[in-house]
Amino acid sequence: MAAEHASPSASKDWPESLRLTGRKALVTGASRGIGHAIAKTLAERGAAVAINYVASEGPAVALRDEIVAAGGTAIAVGFDVGDPAAVDAGVKGVVEQLGGLDILVNNAGISIDALLLRVSPDDLRSILRTNLEGTFLCCKAASRHLLRARAAGRIINLSSVVGEQGNAGQSMYAASKAGVIGMTKSLAHELASRGVTVNAVAPGFIETDMTASSINGPARDALLAKIPLGRVGLAEEVAEAVAFLAAPAAAYITGHVLRVNGGLAI
Amino acid sequence: MSDSIKEKVIEIVVDQLDAKPEDVDESKSFTEDLQADSLAIVELVLALEEKFEVKIPDDEVDKIKTVGDAIKYIQDRTK
Repeated sequence: MAAEHASPSASKDWPESLRLTGRKALVTGASRGIGHAIAKTLAERGAAVAINYVASEGPAVALRDEIVAAGGTAIAVGFDVGDPAAVDAGVKGVVEQLGGLDILVNNAGISIDALLLRVSPDDLRSILRTNLEGTFLCCKAASRHLLRARAAGRIINLSSVVGEQGNAGQSMYAASKAGVIGMTKSLAHELASRGVTVNAVAPGFIETDMTASSINGPARDALLAKIPLGRVGLAEEVAEAVAFLAAPAAAYITGHVLRVNGGLAI
Repeated sequence: MSDSIKEKVIEIVVDQLDAKPEDVDESKSFTEDLQADSLAIVELVLALEEKFEVKIPDDEVDKIKTVGDAIKYIQDRTK
């Protein structure tokens, strides 16, 4: 049964072209970091949001409760994006509970950094499984529902600055994120005839649990020197870009890679 | 039984292709008469597979040209 779809009253403050009232969204890997910020922002704009998690149920449930307490609609759904059967069942459950699906945000991702000489085939498979296959499987499971949403249908895939620029020590991650761009552009062609748009957002260096632990000390200073805006980005700043692409305002944008990186790759 | 399969297939075709019920009969070609593009055919096949719990392989899909072909395919596999 479909949940009664409530929107936070704050969503009414947004211009109609940026509002997501009545839209149903699934955000993968949304219990933490960028995904968390995306789910929260989409809910603030009025969307009913399914918060996917794989291991971190606690934070996902906490975010759900936070959104509901603010007057929004949210559910927490646990499934592994790399497992085809789990994805099919998970997306089906989301569609049943929210009463449809308009917006898919493929955010779930992992990073294992190592120089090529130290890379293990298991690490490579693990990264590709979550970042590339996971995105692919969710697109596949969701696309028939998004096609039904017609011009409200959106896929937004999280790529990375590294997917376009490459980075020493991140060949596996870069390969997965470059793959996401190729997939995004192909699906943009495939789904365009129904008004469904498919775009990628490519963040630069964003302050999250994933980056805080791996980038610090002199490496952090060297990195900041390369960013024209002179600072690391916030997860909320990535979420803004995703919310824009999800909105009616972005209906004529498809196959695009929107860089949110402080000028890191100009 | 077969009549109900026919009715159900036509119902799915009408729904998936946004067609008028009076425009859909067994003689109609999906691509020529009902203006279905490749994506619409895929959506239709998925809907038929789900409704009748059958798997329609891609090379079989290529042979299903008309509403009648689809009805016959489903009838042959749900006896």
